[in-house]
Amino acid sequence: MRYLPLTADDRSAMLDVIGASSIDELFKDVPEAARLAVPIDLPPFAGELEVERRLSAMAAKNISAGSVPFFVGAGAYRHHVPATVDHLIQRSEFLTAYTPYQPEISQGTTQALFEFQTQVALITGMDVANASMYDGSTACSEAVMMAFRLTKRKKAVLSGTLHPHYRSVVETMEKYDADEENLTIFCPYSADGKEDLASQIDEDTACVVVQNPSFFGNARDLTALADAVHAKGALLIVVVPEVVSLGLMKSPGEMGADIVVGEGQSIGNALSFGGPYLGLFATRQKFVRQMPGRLSGETQDANGKRGYVLTLSTREQHIRREKATSNICTNSGLCCLAFTVHMALLGEAGFTRLAKLNHQSAVKTAEALEGISGVEILTDAFFNEFTIRLPKPATEVIEALAAKGVIGGLPVSRLVPGDASLGDLLVVASTETNTDADRAAFAAALREVLQ
Amino acid sequence: MNRQGRPTSAGAPSPSAAPETFSGSRGLEQDEPLLFEIGRDGMTGVDLPAPDEALNSRLGGLDREGAIGLPGVSEPEVVRHFVRLSQKNYSIDAGLYPLGSCTMKHNPRLNEKMARLPGFGDIHPLQPASTVQGALELMEELAHWLTTITGMPGVALSPKAGAHGELCGLMAIRAALDARGEARTRVLVPESAHGTNPATAAACGYEVGTIPVTEEGRVDVAALRESLGPDVAAIMVTNPNTCGLFERDIIEIAEAIHEVGGYFYCDGANLNAIMGRVRPGDLGVDAMHINLHKTFSTPHGGGGPGAGPVVLSEALTPFAPLPFVRRAGDGFELVEDESQVKGEQPFGRLVAFHGQMGMFVRALSYMLSHGGDGLRQAAEDAVLSANYILASLQDVMTPSFEGPCMHEALFDDRFLEGTGVTTLDFAKAMIDEGYHPMTMYFPLVVHGAMLIEPTESESKESVDRFIRTMRGLTQKAKEGDTERFSGAPYFAPRARLNETGAARKPILRYTPPEASAQAAE
Repeated sequence: MRYLPLTADDRSAMLDVIGASSIDELFKDVPEAARLAVPIDLPPFAGELEVERRLSAMAAKNISAGSVPFFVGAGAYRHHVPATVDHLIQRSEFLTAYTPYQPEISQGTTQALFEFQTQVALITGMDVANASMYDGSTACSEAVMMAFRLTKRKKAVLSGTLHPHYRSVVETMEKYDADEENLTIFCPYSADGKEDLASQIDEDTACVVVQNPSFFGNARDLTALADAVHAKGALLIVVVPEVVSLGLMKSPGEMGADIVVGEGQSIGNALSFGGPYLGLFATRQKFVRQMPGRLSGETQDANGKRGYVLTLSTREQHIRREKATSNICTNSGLCCLAFTVHMALLGEAGFTRLAKLNHQSAVKTAEALEGISGVEILTDAFFNEFTIRLPKPATEVIEALAAKGVIGGLPVSRLVPGDASLGDLLVVASTETNTDADRAAFAAALREVLQ
Repeated sequence: MNRQGRPTSAGAPSPSAAPETFSGSRGLEQDEPLLFEIGRDGMTGVDLPAPDEALNSRLGGLDREGAIGLPGVSEPEVVRHFVRLSQKNYSIDAGLYPLGSCTMKHNPRLNEKMARLPGFGDIHPLQPASTVQGALELMEELAHWLTTITGMPGVALSPKAGAHGELCGLMAIRAALDARGEARTRVLVPESAHGTNPATAAACGYEVGTIPVTEEGRVDVAALRESLGPDVAAIMVTNPNTCGLFERDIIEIAEAIHEVGGYFYCDGANLNAIMGRVRPGDLGVDAMHINLHKTFSTPHGGGGPGAGPVVLSEALTPFAPLPFVRRAGDGFELVEDESQVKGEQPFGRLVAFHGQMGMFVRALSYMLSHGGDGLRQAAEDAVLSANYILASLQDVMTPSFEGPCMHEALFDDRFLEGTGVTTLDFAKAMIDEGYHPMTMYFPLVVHGAMLIEPTESESKESVDRFIRTMRGLTQKAKEGDTERFSGAPYFAPRARLNETGAARKPILRYTPPEASAQAAE
């Protein structure tokens, strides 16, 4: 077995030193009834070639996004990732290191995390950011729990612009959380982005959670909403599903957000069927001690040299145990490094241009689709994603398009089944990876399907 | 002096005090400023086409007005920056990483290659299920391996890390109790537990009851029985436990919790010691998370991403969260919504999409490579190496409990008594010897804990060298060579860092000097 360096001779020499006659003796504390008498029923070890063959066969049954005209977004976006990113994150010293608990020999990780935190704070327009959460949806539920703690109020108002999976995650966390009185109010899904959230806010509202751009793609100015939320002493949580949007749009911080959470996958990370991704989490300086998750902070070593350490860990589970702000132990270290490297490569000029190219790609896709009879674009203002109404159920259309080799978007009804008013809606995303040829193929296939 | 064309000779011995360098670098150890200190306006490391200036915006006038403040850096500078940073990290690829309870084993590169196949890496979680049948097949195959190894009937794949798996398990337990119409209020946790256990129980709304540990380093079953009652929802026990021992009374513990109608949550952090030899399902476990990043070698990546699938008993399987994969005809379907449920009662949803697919591929690649026999051998080698270390160091260090241990050996700081050297000092001196320190000050039940987990990835030569080093250090400590310890590390990119200072006045992001100066005024 290529991964196991001990030889049979080594094993018996080691047993001699231990003073055990066999390996079984080392397992003598296992109750007899629980000792496996026969080997587990799984195939024997295999060489690289065989494993590659087996897994490649499975991979070949999937249609990869890069092999067809591809327009699905809804919280995960296909972008071009420079080759340098994957090269750097696969360096042994990053890939195979543990959490930087020994900072003297982990400065690579702690400094990169400090740079990540700075990048996230800058693009969100907030004071501070943590070293990442599992993903956007868990960052969102952690933000709601943080708002409950900060305001000591009981009600979270969730906008109808929020991704349905994010809603479910928040609902699940809230349902099982420590305070029975906490509750979440769900506003109806708002495909056109026009909803009246202000009327939902009262003296017991801890927070309002709104997504921008929305699940349906609407880009909105949240400044007035922020004022309304703050007038009632509540917090505004802004969810950013597509972090590239921050290169072009006014930041949530400028609009008055108190906590910004987001999905960072778009920068540096592959689609990978939904994970691993990285949750972004940023807030105001005054809330930092209630912020969940890991933080890297600047300090000095015994010789006065600048260095970085994990800090404020008195909020965390390994110190506070049942009194911790969250049970979270890991972050998304390597995904966060991929983000940091990609963002470093982009810089101000690249990031803003990438965002503009994304917006223009979506504008061109909208133009390609809006001429098709029966297709109506519902989204007035958008970044790189918008919703269209079809003359047929969207799931049927998407299957017919797939049969023609086009993956044309997400039927809203896949995530929100059973709501007749949403059955004909399709959410379409378009990034810098889409070409004019992709758009033409999409439009042509859609025309045929709708005939 | 080395003149061109002449071979270098050893020359005079180097002076005892190394000189300060002008660059701040020391040979291969390059000093590296922050990205924000090397960037220039307008520079970029990515060439993108020019936007079409004629195209109308449809952003609704929401354009950002001011600059963001991101530095511009060219590609060669970015490469150099991160390569230099990487060289300040210790890693399993570079040396023994005996971090107890973390299972720092070899990370095969084949797994990285497999996860990057376009058929896995470049598929979207929400593209039609008909176009991702191979991905669903992989999830089903991974589930088969996990349930077979653990002897449990069900598994929830979606939790993103171990602690997230704990949440999943406790929520399933709470949902099962709700379905029985019972509102129980307490979860029992031994004092040796990982910090995540009580934190998870509290996050799920349970009062945490602490169970003492016996002098043998195991759960005090008598005390447990006294704490049990109809208000106890679950007990959370790590097995093998955090003292590195197998809980001999595990079946009795399971029966006791079941007798009062509660559930047995097992923290599976230490599965590496027993896979192929013991199945948690045979011990009476109801729920257990599996850290794919420990046992099944998905890389730790400097602190994640992890993956924490949870195996479930018959009683809890129906309550597994959305989504899950189901066989449908010749293929597979993804159950993503309550409306697709057939008899199951999912407690909710823990994540957007379907879990850590990239980690699923790596873990399955690892399992297929090992096979059932290789996994068992890996567990045995891990346990053998830990016992070898225990046996080889017991005369100079102080083992906390009597062996045999499982895959990690626990020592405390009694052997340092009177030397003036602390566990922390000892750990930092290990850095100078080229090792990552062991887990220290955990578990909390012994004083100055040192928890050593060599894993199965080390050759005997490597373990022997580690043992010789540890013996050497213990001798130096006993001889009173305290400077070696109190000033350590001497040979690391940084000397000891001021963690207290960092927490007192947190600096959590870079601020340009001019902005800092303004803020100070």
